[in-house]
Amino acid sequence: MSAVTDAAPAPAPGNAVGRSVRDSLIVARRNLIRMSRIPEMLIFGLIQPIMFVVLFTYVFGGSMKIGASTSALDYKNFLMAGIFAQTVTFATAGAGAGIADDMHKGLIDRFRSLPMARGAVLTGRTLADLVQTALTVLVLAIVALLVGWRTGSDGDTNPGRVLAAFGLLLLLGYAFTWIGALIGLSVRTPEAATSGGLVWLFPVTFLSNAFVDTANMTPWLRHIAEWNPFSATVQAARVLFANPGQSASGAWPMQHPVWASLIYSVLIVVVFRTLAVRKYRSATA
Amino acid sequence: MPGAIYAEGLVKTFGDVRALDGVDLDVPEGTVLGLLGPNGAGKTTTVRCLTTLLRPDSGKAVVAGVDVLRHPDAVRRSIGLSGQFAAVDEYLTGRENLQMVGQLYQMRAKAAKARAAELLEQFHLADAADRPAKTYSGGMRRRLDLAAALVVSPPVMFMDEPTTGLDPRNRQQLWEVIKQLVSGGTTLLLTTQYLEEADHLAHDIAVVDHGRVIAQGTSDQLKARTGGERVEVVVQDRERIATAAEVLRNLGKGETTVEEHTRRLTVPVSGGAKLLAEIIRELDTRGIGIDDIGLRRPTLDDVFLSLTGHAAESADQDRSEAPHQQKERNGKEAVK
Repeated sequence: MSAVTDAAPAPAPGNAVGRSVRDSLIVARRNLIRMSRIPEMLIFGLIQPIMFVVLFTYVFGGSMKIGASTSALDYKNFLMAGIFAQTVTFATAGAGAGIADDMHKGLIDRFRSLPMARGAVLTGRTLADLVQTALTVLVLAIVALLVGWRTGSDGDTNPGRVLAAFGLLLLLGYAFTWIGALIGLSVRTPEAATSGGLVWLFPVTFLSNAFVDTANMTPWLRHIAEWNPFSATVQAARVLFANPGQSASGAWPMQHPVWASLIYSVLIVVVFRTLAVRKYRSATA
Repeated sequence: MPGAIYAEGLVKTFGDVRALDGVDLDVPEGTVLGLLGPNGAGKTTTVRCLTTLLRPDSGKAVVAGVDVLRHPDAVRRSIGLSGQFAAVDEYLTGRENLQMVGQLYQMRAKAAKARAAELLEQFHLADAADRPAKTYSGGMRRRLDLAAALVVSPPVMFMDEPTTGLDPRNRQQLWEVIKQLVSGGTTLLLTTQYLEEADHLAHDIAVVDHGRVIAQGTSDQLKARTGGERVEVVVQDRERIATAAEVLRNLGKGETTVEEHTRRLTVPVSGGAKLLAEIIRELDTRGIGIDDIGLRRPTLDDVFLSLTGHAAESADQDRSEAPHQQKERNGKEAVK
């Protein structure tokens, strides 16, 4: 008996990191194929942010006070960083629903019975969501340009800084898909994952500098908004886009938004990836 | 030397529910074990523990010579799992599904591609290979799921209720596939609620109830435990039941059971067809009309009944219902 069980099994081929990357890419590819066959998901994912751009710009635009200016043009330029940031966080719901669906259909069981890297199923899913988010952001940027959004409207910027802003936005979106992954593994149905993935995003994205100037908030609310990780990325994008309405606040994340955004996002990835992978290991459909 | 699948004292509790209460199994290499039991008996939990999906609270498990608890990843390289639900991605084509699984078994892309083509051919899915699995019928999905479990020709296979929900034709087809597979030397553990399926496919049968193996042996050994054959008569006229019972009492070997409302009488016998003919003659002599009569060999259903005191397929519905109303009729050899 013991002679058999003590025999050390042959190690898995290839090194662990290489295997993990490879497996993640295989799963990412699978999710991208899947997404390409459900194009309505991408389309619905686009309608909402476009609607927000149009509604906020034309309905709120005239009456919003951003800093010293009240012109609609300024609100448009102020708004876009917020809309971009909100849009990337909505990938959370997609990731959660996708993973909950895989659990529900027994696919997670299949994956867990395969000799593959442990985190690869979740990493593959979040990478595929990142690609989808990038596409959404691209389309949204085009719409934003069409309604009159311009980078460098409040100072100087350059293509490198604009790309850096999009990089930070996508990193935020990527970080949030890990929260979605944990939600997806924790709920019973894909429907619950969708609503569970969205419901807390509204307070997170509205209790921030995304749509209004935090200077107009009551002090305690302003405090929350300025330390909200989401606000850091919005502020960083405004700084890098050179768009108006950057919060002139004493809060550290508002003074060092690029660093704050990076630190927050990386922290979210590390914490939620650890929790999600642990949950995945013991997942039961 | 333990078998290709070996379990000793597996225990798993979920809250208050003791899903596994000390399961012992030993499946010699190249054989098929049928794990038979009603819903909730612990079949799926056993499979989940043996396939590394679930960690038992205590006990020991060895699959393909590797300790499941200590080296789960090594076990995963030697097993194939086909689940209760066809676990394929419905938006991917059959080919894409199989290629993905092959690659995740650490095959190279090219090898995975070739293997996928081979399996699609073997499972009669070549025509549908490039259609999303969403468009497949239930039987096709099940075949694809099974093919996915066979990508690396694993020496040990687990199938959790492979034919549940399939129509009889698809079930037959899948049985053929499974038979071919095990004739190639694969060790298989198969769970089923269908007594007929276990009888048909398995060398050995382990009967599970309430998280324990309550009996194990070949189909014949288990049947022998319930005693021999029986004669079952349905008389035409309710008035004649008493007379018919007297005939059976004289010719049979043991207690005659009578079901008034169905006019059915059953008696254990020895002597097979010859005795059956004798009973028919005797009933005829006395002018008792017969609606139906048959020699009934014990089915696994009877085995289950005698072991657990409740019928297999109704166990999760209504345990209080009279057991004899649940019997399957497939063990009966009708004589007209």
